[in-house]
Amino acid sequence: MSTTPAPTVRTGRTPAGAAPRTGSRPKRHYGTHIFLLVMAVMWLVPLGWSLYTALRPVASTNEHGYFSFAGDFNFDNFVQAWTQGGFATYFWNSVIITVPAVLLTLFLASLMAFAVSRVSWKFNVTLLIMFTAGNLLPPQVLAAPLFEMAKHFEVPYSFSDSGNMLNTYIIVIAVNTAFQMGFCTFVLSNYMKALSADLTEAALVDGAGIWRQYREIIMPLCRPAFAALGTLQVIFIYNDYFWPLIFIQSGNRLPITTAINNLQGEFLSNYNLLAAGAVITVIPTLVIYLLLQRQFVAGLTLGSSKG
Amino acid sequence: MSSTAQELIPPEAQEPGGGRISRTRGGRVRRLTGRDKVVLSLMVGIPTLIELALVWLPTLMSIGLSFTRWNGLDLADIRPAGTENYQYITQDYPPFWPAVQHNFMWLLFLALIATPLGLLLAVLLDQNIRGSKIYQSIFFAPVMLSLALIGIIWQLFYQRDNGLLNFLLGTAGTPQAVDWFGDSSVNIWAAMIAATWRHAGYVMLLYLAGLKGVDPSLREAASIDGANAYQTFFRVVFPAMRPINIVIVVITIIESLRAFDVVYVINRGTNGLEMLSALVIQNLVGEGQVIGVGSALAVVLLVISLVPIVFYLSRTFGKENRA
Repeated sequence: MSTTPAPTVRTGRTPAGAAPRTGSRPKRHYGTHIFLLVMAVMWLVPLGWSLYTALRPVASTNEHGYFSFAGDFNFDNFVQAWTQGGFATYFWNSVIITVPAVLLTLFLASLMAFAVSRVSWKFNVTLLIMFTAGNLLPPQVLAAPLFEMAKHFEVPYSFSDSGNMLNTYIIVIAVNTAFQMGFCTFVLSNYMKALSADLTEAALVDGAGIWRQYREIIMPLCRPAFAALGTLQVIFIYNDYFWPLIFIQSGNRLPITTAINNLQGEFLSNYNLLAAGAVITVIPTLVIYLLLQRQFVAGLTLGSSKG
Repeated sequence: MSSTAQELIPPEAQEPGGGRISRTRGGRVRRLTGRDKVVLSLMVGIPTLIELALVWLPTLMSIGLSFTRWNGLDLADIRPAGTENYQYITQDYPPFWPAVQHNFMWLLFLALIATPLGLLLAVLLDQNIRGSKIYQSIFFAPVMLSLALIGIIWQLFYQRDNGLLNFLLGTAGTPQAVDWFGDSSVNIWAAMIAATWRHAGYVMLLYLAGLKGVDPSLREAASIDGANAYQTFFRVVFPAMRPINIVIVVITIIESLRAFDVVYVINRGTNGLEMLSALVIQNLVGEGQVIGVGSALAVVLLVISLVPIVFYLSRTFGKENRA
């Protein structure tokens, strides 16, 4: 496993740092371990409790109470949430919103980042500041005008059954894209700035235009950044609670993260089902985390590597 | 694909005669054909238009609408209102000052408890510790979850009669049992602990990256000079992580201003959980839509968030402009 090599990698550094306290070293590590162990248990308890509740049928908890080991353990709550709770629909809605939003965000951000980092012109820093600042605003600041803009933007009923942009996936995708674009542009432009200027200069000598420089030289070199940002954005947009809450009114069109709050009202007394819904919602992020942990962590730290 | 790029790099950077290519200070290339200019203006124009239309125009509209009275129905019904909305929220709107206070408490809690806890975890895990990777994964797990989901998970933990916490405290099912998210005297603290669960992991991750970036020779030099572990950390290592520290300060402030999902999931930001961001939305989606009042609250939120935003931008882009 990846856990074993980690301690050996940096042994060269630790003795130097710990040299003056050599005498007290084993004791200090002992205390550290106890502290970390206690913290880790505290960290896992809320998640573990949700999982434990989700695995028990409501009949068992009614009979034996929530704080017991007695009764059955099965996946009935998961099945019920998936079929009757509408989680299959909600999950699909999340996919419909997340996939186009992430692809659009990365594509548009890469265009912008290329233009501000690889070409020198008058307003590139100004525009980059505008993009970065946009991503730092609290979304609630823009909510009311965006809601009204969507409401007063009339479209044919064949396009949207509300007659405007409310209750459509397009507005959620568009706003998520606009909001996340700032962050991705900032990260990608830093990444592109670090690539040697000779790369595109040489291409220019060969007569390659801007589009070829972007498409054939810079894009392939940015793959690691795209992998990291893509993973991060999938999680961000999948986890977005706010924009669907504002724009989507039909319950059956909500993505999973926003929909789970409705479940809280519907199944007030059935905490087992609510817990199962929560666990189902966690599963996709957990899978991405386990498969692409390195990419995700890289994405988060990329944004802060330059300050 | 990167081999394509490799081929394109000449062994020696060729500078053809006639100065057709002029290098600018950043080493970038000037001189564009007409077609390049069209391509470039599309590359810049499309994202910029989207950013302006869906982020900056609404921000300006929030400011504009905050000086009007409007029910959100007919555009013709928008009436100028001067500073009425601001007078209303500061003088006659009961949840406003509690919300300001709660946002401030949230900031202090994250800044004084969650962030130092994340730093402590990072420092401990950066040492040569067995199982460091497993600990990191555990502390980092909540960062993967949405704040809305965190509200639900902690709701299961905090419930009065069937929650694990009251069971562990031995009060479950007794009259002394506390409804942690429902009781307006404690629910803000319960919510801040739930937020800490996520924030500390995030801070830990950023500081772990920061600690790896600190030049090991700095520590060696400090220990040769006879500094103990605390002195080495606070006088040498911590100041050396200045860029990360700035990011963490900004993230902490912005997260406390954005605190919305958790309180909205619990009780829509009422009864002890008033937050500025939740009040904005209450005025937008409530029965009588009061867009002017909601916008005035949004502007208050905007003005406060501009402080960390401007601080961050001047730190990040200031150097670039001067260079």
